[in-house]
Amino acid sequence: MTQALIYALTGAVIFMLGVRTTLLRDALLHRILGLNVSGAGVFLVFVSLAYRGDSLTTDPVPHALVLTGLVVAISATALALALNRRLREMDHE
Amino acid sequence: MMNMSLTMIPDLMLAVLLIGMAWAALSSDDLKRGVILFIAFGLLLAIVWARLQAPDLALAEAAIGAGLAGALLLVALRDETGGKVAAGEVSRSGRWLVDLFALTMTCLIGWVLWLTIYTEPVERLAPLAHAMLAQSGVSNPVTAVLLNYRAYDTLLELVVVLTAVLGVMVVGRERRGYRQAGPVFCGLVHWLVPLLIVTAGYLLWVGAHAPGGAFQAGATLAAAGILLRLAGEDAAGLPGGIRLRWLLVVGIGLFLIIGLGVTLSSGQVLQYPKAWSGALILVIESAATASIAAALVLAYRGGRPQGWLTAVDKENNREVSA
Repeated sequence: MTQALIYALTGAVIFMLGVRTTLLRDALLHRILGLNVSGAGVFLVFVSLAYRGDSLTTDPVPHALVLTGLVVAISATALALALNRRLREMDHE
Repeated sequence: MMNMSLTMIPDLMLAVLLIGMAWAALSSDDLKRGVILFIAFGLLLAIVWARLQAPDLALAEAAIGAGLAGALLLVALRDETGGKVAAGEVSRSGRWLVDLFALTMTCLIGWVLWLTIYTEPVERLAPLAHAMLAQSGVSNPVTAVLLNYRAYDTLLELVVVLTAVLGVMVVGRERRGYRQAGPVFCGLVHWLVPLLIVTAGYLLWVGAHAPGGAFQAGATLAAAGILLRLAGEDAAGLPGGIRLRWLLVVGIGLFLIIGLGVTLSSGQVLQYPKAWSGALILVIESAATASIAAALVLAYRGGRPQGWLTAVDKENNREVSA
């Protein structure tokens, strides 16, 4: 139980660290990095809530959701990076 | 009680390290440093997943969260030369406001999590998920959730992947490739690429009853493609033209056909016939692996391949020839 709480709180802190960076930084790549870190924080909250001690079986449903989330996050990151690159190219033109 | 607190020391250390790493990655003004620290953060997170008994996620995080995200961000750093696309500078009072907001939100979220964890759970899905496992066609509960109980999640996820890669292709052309690598690196690639392909096949197969599955396999396969590109192979192992188009849509296409078939024959949405579920899941996962890998490699290449004709290109060609 306590382990779950430790990691859930860590997840909350990491989530807000990411959000803070996304709001404060001006370079777009920095913001993409911030969004990725805040996503990792959300995943950490999910997985820590699925954990119920070493003796009990963990809940596979949040695990599956996070696995889906990981792939969605990388897809969104790829699109964001492509948009960032296009913006730069337009700046140079 | 003593034992309890002793076993918690590694957890506390990991938690502190994780927060420290996230802070270091985000607070650094040097983006290259930030990206490399982010990769380290992802690897640390993979250890945490293993600690929290989520080996499926540990595999996926190491391959996708740290590996592929890191590769995409590193290659994006190449574009960051010259002028910067700036959003407005944040004022001092704005900074304070954001910090205050972040602190308040962290406390609120923390409080809610505290309440959630120390309240006796009313109803949880875990017992149900394990009880129905024998009927799902696989014995890895995470794969059962992904491809049987909540197959629509995975179906829609493949749509997201396809949409994202279409977006990447619409937005721009691929980056220039790299020079042909030296003999030592090429020798390494000759060893690693077949090994990665075999590993991907193993992960795909083993996903039915142990940690692994389509996403981990797809990411591993994509890593092989990225290695090829780094060694100077511009196409990164992907075919061109119509075959590439088929490769990108085979995952979602096959899933849709099978989904429609079983939905029509059973009358329930995405309900596999019990005897066939194992085989159907393997077919869907194999196709999904190919499509995910192709999409990720194309995202790494950075846009539509050279020689890829869009409708506008074809229109222009017609005008030129006319």
